[in-house]
Amino acid sequence: MSGGRHFLPLTDAERREMLAAIGAASMEQLFDELPAEVRLKENGLKLPPPLSEMELRAHLGALAAKNMNLQDHPCFLGAGVYDHFIPAVVQHVVGRSEFYTAYTPYQAEISQGLLQSIFEYQTLICRLTGMEAANASLYDGATALAEAALAACSMTRRRKVLVSRSVNPHYRRVLQSYLEGRDCLLLEIPLADGATDFSRLEAMLDGETAALLLQQPNFFGLLEEELEGAAAMAHRHGALLVLSVDPLSLALFRAPAEYGADIATGEGQGLGSPPSFGGPLLGFFAARRELLRRLPGRIVGETVDGEGRRGFVLTLQTREQHIRRERATSNICSNQALNALAAAAYLAAMGPEGLREVAELCLQKAAYAREKIASLEGYAPAFPGVHFKEFAVKLPGSGSRLNRHLLEHGIIGGLDLETYYPELGPAMLFCVTETKTREQIDALARALEGWL
Amino acid sequence: MVVRKEQPLLFELGAPGRRGCSLPPPDVPVKPLEELLPARLRRGLPLALPELSEGELVRHYTALSTRNHGVDSGFYPLGSCTMKYNPKVNEELARLPGFAFLHPCQPEESVQGALELLYRAEACLAEITGMKRVTFQPAAGAHGELTGMLIVRAYHRSRNDHRKTVLVPDSAHGTNPASAAMAGFEVKEIPSDERGLVDLKALRAALDGDVAALMLTNPNTLGFFEEDILEIAEAVHEAGGLLYYDGANLNAIMGHARPGDMGFDLVHLNLHKTFATPHGGGGPGSGPVGVREHLVPFLPVPLVERGEKGYYWKEDLPLSIGRVHGFYGNFAVVVKAYAYIMMMGAEGLRQAAADAVLNANYLMERLKKSYDLPYDRRCKHEFVLSARRQKKMGVTARDIAKALLDYGFHPPTVYFPLIVEEALMVEPTETESKATLDRFAEAMEEIARLAEEDPKRLTSAPHTTPVGRLDEVRAARHPRVCWDGDGGSS
Repeated sequence: MSGGRHFLPLTDAERREMLAAIGAASMEQLFDELPAEVRLKENGLKLPPPLSEMELRAHLGALAAKNMNLQDHPCFLGAGVYDHFIPAVVQHVVGRSEFYTAYTPYQAEISQGLLQSIFEYQTLICRLTGMEAANASLYDGATALAEAALAACSMTRRRKVLVSRSVNPHYRRVLQSYLEGRDCLLLEIPLADGATDFSRLEAMLDGETAALLLQQPNFFGLLEEELEGAAAMAHRHGALLVLSVDPLSLALFRAPAEYGADIATGEGQGLGSPPSFGGPLLGFFAARRELLRRLPGRIVGETVDGEGRRGFVLTLQTREQHIRRERATSNICSNQALNALAAAAYLAAMGPEGLREVAELCLQKAAYAREKIASLEGYAPAFPGVHFKEFAVKLPGSGSRLNRHLLEHGIIGGLDLETYYPELGPAMLFCVTETKTREQIDALARALEGWL
Repeated sequence: MVVRKEQPLLFELGAPGRRGCSLPPPDVPVKPLEELLPARLRRGLPLALPELSEGELVRHYTALSTRNHGVDSGFYPLGSCTMKYNPKVNEELARLPGFAFLHPCQPEESVQGALELLYRAEACLAEITGMKRVTFQPAAGAHGELTGMLIVRAYHRSRNDHRKTVLVPDSAHGTNPASAAMAGFEVKEIPSDERGLVDLKALRAALDGDVAALMLTNPNTLGFFEEDILEIAEAVHEAGGLLYYDGANLNAIMGHARPGDMGFDLVHLNLHKTFATPHGGGGPGSGPVGVREHLVPFLPVPLVERGEKGYYWKEDLPLSIGRVHGFYGNFAVVVKAYAYIMMMGAEGLRQAAADAVLNANYLMERLKKSYDLPYDRRCKHEFVLSARRQKKMGVTARDIAKALLDYGFHPPTVYFPLIVEEALMVEPTETESKATLDRFAEAMEEIARLAEEDPKRLTSAPHTTPVGRLDEVRAARHPRVCWDGDGGSS
């Protein structure tokens, strides 16, 4: 018996009746125009035998159980994906199937729920970043930064992009893939003490530079200190400043608009979406009002119906691929709408007070952990400066071996930095969010102390 | 008569001082904030977020959800989008802590189950498409196309061949030319012939040493299987080009034929279409890319491999196009698609495709009496009607779409493909019963009658939705994309 019958409502009697109605003798005949050489026989595909729902639960349950998950084990990884607390109400909202079983709201009159929630999301992103226009989401923080670089290139008609080495290395790799397509040049600004070496900036900027890409806090969790000056310098050369930011940090730290950034992008997974092994994530993209028509992807706008009632629609669609085809601002079609909905529900649940509390908990706990680890023999902070929730530490031995040691203690350690920054030698990037308890941090410190 | 009213925005609800969550006090010794957050780095802008209690928040979103139509609400025959039913068990499985609460940078030995799932899912998709390897990094179909085009580019360049042209049929999705352009290609359109298929003569004329690839959707967006596919593949390959399969319509033929056997070199799939993962209101989707052996070296890194000590990430692929996603793509979506494949099995998938084709042909046969059918031949999973007959009476495809809303149906895709005037593209999918198809057909027939008898009723539709027909021109001319308080929006 074939699997999945509970998803297929047609009965054999109905199939016969319908085949008769269209003048076909058999189901096989429906595929008559396929060349005989490529037609598969029954059982032509070699797939595992179908499972019932009970068997499926057992199978996937067993696979899930082979993983060490973040709810059972303290985890000190960050690097772009974060273990932040998710209030139950967020899952309740995104679990409403009127939302999650819909597609892109092309038919506005029966999609007001999604359209309004995306409009609210866009507004929330603008308020966090201080920008004036935001889109409905992109795939993740990496592709959002890449789209910003492409937007800057097409806007300035220039082909050189500067990116700091303090930007997430995975993001830089994605940038490279994206810019390669457009024959744009990606140049890296070196590091000085874990931050962007701005003394090199003036010499690297020129009339061919489309954009300067920075991350705040940067990949090492460190706050870049010279951003206003960098913005002014970039603008003097006619280049755009793009900041990739951690949205939670914006509850406490300066917003991209306050530095004079032209485009703010970032990863919004920490706002209400679980880490999910790195996806689905949420790329956000916000910009100054003048750049509105350069934005990639969907945008929701406010309008009225025939009786003047407020309503929401997808707007400025002439930027998009289904209208403009090869001349579109981006090829993006499906985005991460449900994660945007989660982010909006999360921000609304937190409110200004809650969001500040979460950010302060991260700040205090990370500072406590940093100090604690720095006091251990053989360990030292890699860089001075102001940190948010991540920090780099010099290790007495290799990071990958340390992580194996920590796993034996039931702890998922930090990111082995040496893979990405060999010049640092043995070093690890730790992340401490509000979900980590003092007890877990102390246990980490004890495990570190006992190593080597 | 429906009572129409606006739902206030989040920002118009609540009151200062209210909150919707509870958080613990710090359990570590607390430092003065100024010490950790110097004034020069401190946020100066107000943090203007909504202030609602949890109950208010739930009422808000519940109210919004009732103003939205999903597959769970009713029939959703949106052509080219494969809006099939999304199994509930998959939602639960993807939320298991052993999947949802994994960090992508965890050591391999702590995520063996996740790697095994990716490995198994890859094997399933490789088998279904006839490809050698599959990457899950692309987060959506268009992202898969871009990845595919970057692979095409890298492949030719590795042979020191700088081909600049990508061919797409005039019936192609808009993402095809947009993706090719993003990968640096110039796009040339191939016309369709009177059968609604790729014009083979025109294709042969366009094929030269500058053609890097032909992007083809098969069945195409008119719902027809490109029956010359073997000749097409031969011609493209003879010219030194690659054949790219846009998998948007794989639902029509899975288990009946494989792109790899037809001569396609690389494919992208849409797990949110063919493999029953929910569309999420516009995303997240998942657009894995599969390639045949000669293109494996160009796949994004990392790939999942199986060794003596278990599963691991292989980063070392010198010719790789690099990364196209921060991590490994939409993993949770892959979990759901894998669960679907495991429940269906080979014969279930084959039956699903056949039922999808039967449903489409049944509806087409019935509706071609009331609407023009520009290409009258056996379709696959979808078909395209034209409202040009109704347009003569002043009723457009858009009006028909809006009128359908009053019957509780999501309308078909309208005005696509571009080669059909007043197009209505209908894809019923296999998860709809005959009774639903009959009800939809009755509604469409009644609308066709009304177009003759009472066109005003249609041009003023919808009448029963939470808002009336919305002014899209105004939205685009005076864009308000962000609410800024009493003065409205900016």
